[in-house]
Amino acid sequence: MLKVNNINVYYGNIQALKGVSLEVNEGEIVTLIGANGAGKSTLLKTLSGLLRPKQGTIEYLGKNLQKRAAQSIVKDGVIQVPEGRRVFSNMTVEENLDLGAYLRHDRAGIAKDKERVFELFPRLLERRKQSSGTLSGGEQQMLAMGRAIMAKPKLLLLDEPSMGLAPLMVKTIFEIIKEINATGTTILLVEQNANMALSIADRAYVIETGKVVLSGRASELQKSDEIRAAYLGGH
Amino acid sequence: MEWLQQLINGVSLGSIYALIALGYTMVYGIIKLINFAHGDVFMIGAFVGFYAVTYWNVGFFPALIIAMILCAILGVVIERLAYKRLRNATRIAALITAIGVSLLIEYTMIYFRGSQIETYPDGLVPNTKIDILGAQISSQSLLILGVSISLMVLLQFIVHKTKIGKAMRAVSHDADAARLMGINVDNTISATFAIGSALAGAAGVIFGLYYTRIDPLMGLLPGVKAFVAAVLGGIGSIPGAMTGGMLLGVVETVVSGLGFSLWRDAAAFVILIIILIFRPAGIFGKNTREKV
Repeated sequence: MLKVNNINVYYGNIQALKGVSLEVNEGEIVTLIGANGAGKSTLLKTLSGLLRPKQGTIEYLGKNLQKRAAQSIVKDGVIQVPEGRRVFSNMTVEENLDLGAYLRHDRAGIAKDKERVFELFPRLLERRKQSSGTLSGGEQQMLAMGRAIMAKPKLLLLDEPSMGLAPLMVKTIFEIIKEINATGTTILLVEQNANMALSIADRAYVIETGKVVLSGRASELQKSDEIRAAYLGGH
Repeated sequence: MEWLQQLINGVSLGSIYALIALGYTMVYGIIKLINFAHGDVFMIGAFVGFYAVTYWNVGFFPALIIAMILCAILGVVIERLAYKRLRNATRIAALITAIGVSLLIEYTMIYFRGSQIETYPDGLVPNTKIDILGAQISSQSLLILGVSISLMVLLQFIVHKTKIGKAMRAVSHDADAARLMGINVDNTISATFAIGSALAGAAGVIFGLYYTRIDPLMGLLPGVKAFVAAVLGGIGSIPGAMTGGMLLGVVETVVSGLGFSLWRDAAAFVILIIILIFRPAGIFGKNTREKV
C-alpha cells in the first residue's frame, strides 16, 4: 500500500533521514520505533507532505506522493495524528471533528463517521460542546484520533499516541488503535513506547539517527535481545 | 440629551475604525504580520467609491459593493506579490515590506491622479435629523452604524459558520495541523486578506460619505488609529477589534465634546501608550505565549 524508497530528508543542512525505506501492506499495523530525535516524526511529516524528501520516492497505492501538496495527500486517505495531538484548542470538540472532515462532501457519510467516533470515544460525546483546550491529555489524544477518523483514513499515521499519558489511558488508546485497524484501516504507528507498540503491531522497523537499522515481525523483534536491551528496558 | 447624540456619533465613527481594525487583526491572527498597507487599501476603497458615484452614477450601496470587491482583489494581489514569499522570513522583513507596499500604493495613486482632494457629492443618502429622546441624530450616522454592524455580523457568521471561516481559525491557530486536515493554507490566507481588505474598502466608502473629503494620504491616520483599536481590543481577536474600534470612536468624540478637539487625534496614542504599559495583550487578548 505504502512504499518508501530510500528517502533523504534535510532540515537545512542537517540530514534527518538517511536513505530510509519501508513498506506498509494493506490491513497491517506497522510500527516504527526509535529514540527521541531518531527521525520518526520527520518520516511522518514527509509522508504527509509537510516536508519534502531531497531524494527517493514515496509510493502510495501506485501513485507518487513525494511532490504532492499536503491537502491532496489527505484527500487520498493518508491521515496523520500528529505528535502532541495539535487539537485546535480555540474550538469546540465538535468543531475539531468537523475540521477532520474538511475535504469531504458526503453529509450522510460524515454523520455516520461522527457517530462512530462518539461510539469509540464516548467521552468526546459528553464534551462535544466544550472547548477542546479544556480537555485532559488523554481526551485530547482521543479527539485527535477522532478527528483523523472523520477524514476517512485508508492509511492512518499515528505519531506517539502514548506520549505523556497515564498507563491506563495508554492501554485504552492502544485498544482503540487495534479496533480501528480491525475495521479495515491500515496503520503506521510511530512510538517510543516500544513494548506497547510491538505488542499490537504485525511488523516493525527500528530507526536510529535517521537510518532503519532493524526490521521484522513485531513478535520476533519483541523477543530479540538487541531490542530488549535498547528499547524495552533490558529485562 | 447631548450625550446620547455624542455617543451615537462616537459609535458611528468608531464603527469605521472597527471595520479597518478587523482587517489588521485578522491578518495578524493568521500570519502574524502587521499589514501597514491596510490603511491604503482603505484609501483605495474611498476612491473607488468616489469614482463609482461620480463617474458611473451609481448609488451608495452599489458603490459600497464595488469598492469591497475591488479592495478584496487588491488585498489578495498584495498578499500574493509582496507577502507570500516572505512567509518564512523574519518578521521584521515582512513588516518593512508592508511599509514599502504602503508607500507604493500612496505614491502610485499620487503619480496617476495627483494629490488633490476629492469631495464626495451631497445627497448620496438621505440626511435628515431624527429626534430620539430629545437628541438630534442624523440619519446618516444611523445608516453608517447600520451598515457597519451588518458587515460585522456577516463577518462573525463567515468566521464561525462557514467552511472557509473554520479554515481561517484553524490556520491561525496551527498552520501545520490545518494542513493535516487537508486545508489549503495559501488559499485560506488569501481569503483572509480578501475579507479584511473588503471591510477596509467598505470603511473607505463610509468614511467618504461621513467626512466627504478624501485624498491619497487619507489612509495614514485612520490606519494607525485602527491599528491602535486592534491593539486595544487585543490583536488577533475579532470581537476585540470591534470593541476597540467602538471604544476609540467614543473616546475621540468625548474628548472633542469636552472642548479638547485639538487633542482628539492624540487620544488614540495616549490610549496606545496606556494599553502597552498596563495590559499589552489588550482587552480580549490572552497573555500570549510566544509560539516556538
